[in-house]
Amino acid sequence: MADIRNNFVGIKSPNPFWLASAPPTDKAYNVERAFKAGWGGVVWKTLGSEGPPVVNVNGPRYGAIWGADRRLLGLNNIELITDRPLQVNLQEMKQVKMNWPDRALVASIMVPCVEEEWKAILPLVEETGADGIELNFGCPHGMSERGMGSAVGQVPEYIEMVVRWCKQYTRMPVITKLTPNITDIRNPARAAKRGGTDAVSLINTINSITSVDLDNFAPIPSVGGKGSHGGYCGPAVKPIALNMVSEIARDPETYGLPISGIGGVTTWRDAAEFLVLGAGNVQVCTAAMTYGFKIVQEMISGLSDWMDEKGHRSLDDICGRAVPNVTDWKYLNLNYVAKAHIDQDACIKCGRCHIACEDTSHQAITSMVNGVRHFEVMEDECVGCNLCVNVCPVENCITMVGLEPGTLDQRTGKIVDPTYANWTTHPNNPMAQVAAE
Amino acid sequence: MDRLGSGIAGGRLSPADYETNFSDLHPRFDRHEALVASDRCYFCHDAPCMTACPTAIDIPLFIRQISTANPLGAARTIFSQNILGGMCARVCPTETLCEEACVRNTAEDKPVEIGRLQRYATDIAMDQGRQFFHRAAESGKVIAVVGAGPAGLACAHRLAMNGHTVVVFDAREKAGGLNEYGIATYKATNNFAQKEVEYLLAIGGIEIRTGMALGRDFSLSDLTAQYDAVFLGLGLAGVNGLGIEGEDLSGVEDAVDFIAALRQADDKANVPIGRRVVVLGGGMTAIDAAVQAKLLGAEEVTICYRRGKDQMNASEYEQDLAASKGVLIRHWLSPKRILGRDGAVAGIELEYTALRDGHLTGTGEMGVIACDQVMKAIGQSFRASGLGALAMDRGRIVIDEHCRTSMDGVYAGGDCTSRGEDLTVQAVAHGRDAADAIHLAFASAGQPAVAVA
Repeated sequence: MADIRNNFVGIKSPNPFWLASAPPTDKAYNVERAFKAGWGGVVWKTLGSEGPPVVNVNGPRYGAIWGADRRLLGLNNIELITDRPLQVNLQEMKQVKMNWPDRALVASIMVPCVEEEWKAILPLVEETGADGIELNFGCPHGMSERGMGSAVGQVPEYIEMVVRWCKQYTRMPVITKLTPNITDIRNPARAAKRGGTDAVSLINTINSITSVDLDNFAPIPSVGGKGSHGGYCGPAVKPIALNMVSEIARDPETYGLPISGIGGVTTWRDAAEFLVLGAGNVQVCTAAMTYGFKIVQEMISGLSDWMDEKGHRSLDDICGRAVPNVTDWKYLNLNYVAKAHIDQDACIKCGRCHIACEDTSHQAITSMVNGVRHFEVMEDECVGCNLCVNVCPVENCITMVGLEPGTLDQRTGKIVDPTYANWTTHPNNPMAQVAAE
Repeated sequence: MDRLGSGIAGGRLSPADYETNFSDLHPRFDRHEALVASDRCYFCHDAPCMTACPTAIDIPLFIRQISTANPLGAARTIFSQNILGGMCARVCPTETLCEEACVRNTAEDKPVEIGRLQRYATDIAMDQGRQFFHRAAESGKVIAVVGAGPAGLACAHRLAMNGHTVVVFDAREKAGGLNEYGIATYKATNNFAQKEVEYLLAIGGIEIRTGMALGRDFSLSDLTAQYDAVFLGLGLAGVNGLGIEGEDLSGVEDAVDFIAALRQADDKANVPIGRRVVVLGGGMTAIDAAVQAKLLGAEEVTICYRRGKDQMNASEYEQDLAASKGVLIRHWLSPKRILGRDGAVAGIELEYTALRDGHLTGTGEMGVIACDQVMKAIGQSFRASGLGALAMDRGRIVIDEHCRTSMDGVYAGGDCTSRGEDLTVQAVAHGRDAADAIHLAFASAGQPAVAVA
């Protein structure tokens, strides 16, 4: 049985599945239910400064996009940080941590970019027995208009400054939560590291308008006819998150910096992908908000069973395993040649591969052979783009098959070269490096 | 035999049972169901379902329109190819047409529910009275259509669209043809056939004259003399007989008459049915009659077919429907004699049959099924007079691919012709294509061309 116990910057949890700072972790009632369901840890919903709490809109806070059968693919929210008094949250955190000593409890914090504010709140949080803090530099809506959340996360100097304060005023591990609403995720990550952060977590939500009410011409969610951009999350954002996690994992400046992976984790497989791309654990929100806390049971068993099947004994065996395989485009092997292959027994003859290729790609798939409806790849036209694989409704019906070195590529008329060659040395590249001789 | 008596009577069920039994076989999808069902469509290239449809409705397009919450757009797509798309959605044997061709069958053995999706879209449009087509400017041409069934109505509508004026003659009291008289009650509830006729006539330029029979009230030569063109959508008015002893006994009737009477009955309790009913035949009519006999409260209903299951014209789906309603289907039985008692049916004697050297032959072994009612559903035949020298082939009117008959200016379509299957949707395709051919003939004859709306 694989060991999926997690140790993230010294914070221990029975599994790598944490609930992200969000509505599911806003109060003891929910967090208790989450721990009963099996979650390894929670990042408590973001605490603000002492004093009158923030207020939320009283109309809709969420918008969504759906896939087939109204399966929720993307969720957007305009909810702010916790709107409960700080002291209530602190008391509940303390009680929950006492009740569940084996689970991770991390406090998310967002206060103004003023040293005294951070200096004031950190001891209060520390007193609860929380395992660590997460700096919310990510929320893109509402709080950012007040100079907090993503407004901080978009300025590396501020990140570095605040992280430094936190490291100065608390013994707790500091996790810096990053916003994806920037041009290059490596810059804020580097800044956090310079400030001394113990880890980064990402991604927070993405600026978004999910849809527009075409009767009222109002963005959704519409609060009395007006809408504001919200934070986008859920399965739809996972590819963006995976890329950003891998960028930090392979950046020489931040290499080795622990990462808590966030963004559309819905199944064990999503989690495993984050882990192998360099995350030390994952945080989940939308999946829980869609299906309830029970989903963690699928995640735990799925990850564990996959690891057993593959012979991975602990999370250390898999974390970061795919990072070396993430590279720049210019280093991809241009001598690798693949062709699509259609399994005729699996083909249901919908013709989507043909029309996608015919209309929008390389005219490399037949629709009719000898007067019969038949879909087959013409290898002399196929560039191996993979579009047909992606549009085919039948899994594994179309696969990409790499040509063996030494065989003929019918499209180019050339023999497949067994050596590795990339763009940096390609003759068409005016910047090609001449081999040093 | 006494207890069988003359068991043919109405009022066998409670009013609630009649209500339940003759309600919609497949209630229409609600919006959510339609969205879920439409999500399953793959939007195939050169879609096999579309090829399988005699009217070539762009099925992937209309389903995509439904899935994007545009049912009216879907209805326009459907009606542009098939103005009787509402009835076809109800009565088409989709399991042998579009849904059989659906690629989902290959992977899951469960096609996209095209028929029900078509009904969803067309019902919404018709309930709203949305008309998608308008008459072109008056052409001055007047066309006679004989038969207000699916072929004639489809032809009339397309002609009217093109600005022509149409007079439709029908021998019956109501327009609709088999849609009104020949479809099982639970497939066309709430007077749908008449609503569809009204919807179709709303385009204008079409006059329907009922109670006018070809050969009795007018002849083909009358029409060719008075009109610019003639379309014949006569259907099959004749019913095949058994030619066996006892056929004239009380309790023997044609299944088509039974089905028609049931459709026309406001109160189904007034339609008498036997306690033990034998239906002879293997087609859709046999199934419709047998199922409805059961739904009227018959205790035992047996379909006897002289060949095997594979040779039945009724689809597998229809056979299963009959079985689910408690109808027993027996194969390889050929009727030999209807047994009577006091002038009424008391049973039927049948001979077992077999295929020998490809020929159906009796085995000599006999059996008797006790029954008090026998329905004949062994096929309909073309029966018409007043057609003059119109070329026929095996009892049907010969037409070419443009629905032209052997006589200049005379077109025909639907069951009365020798082309295509005897299906509502085929009749619609014929009527539509004949209208296009007529319109084209006018245009190419040097008449002022009229633009299609």
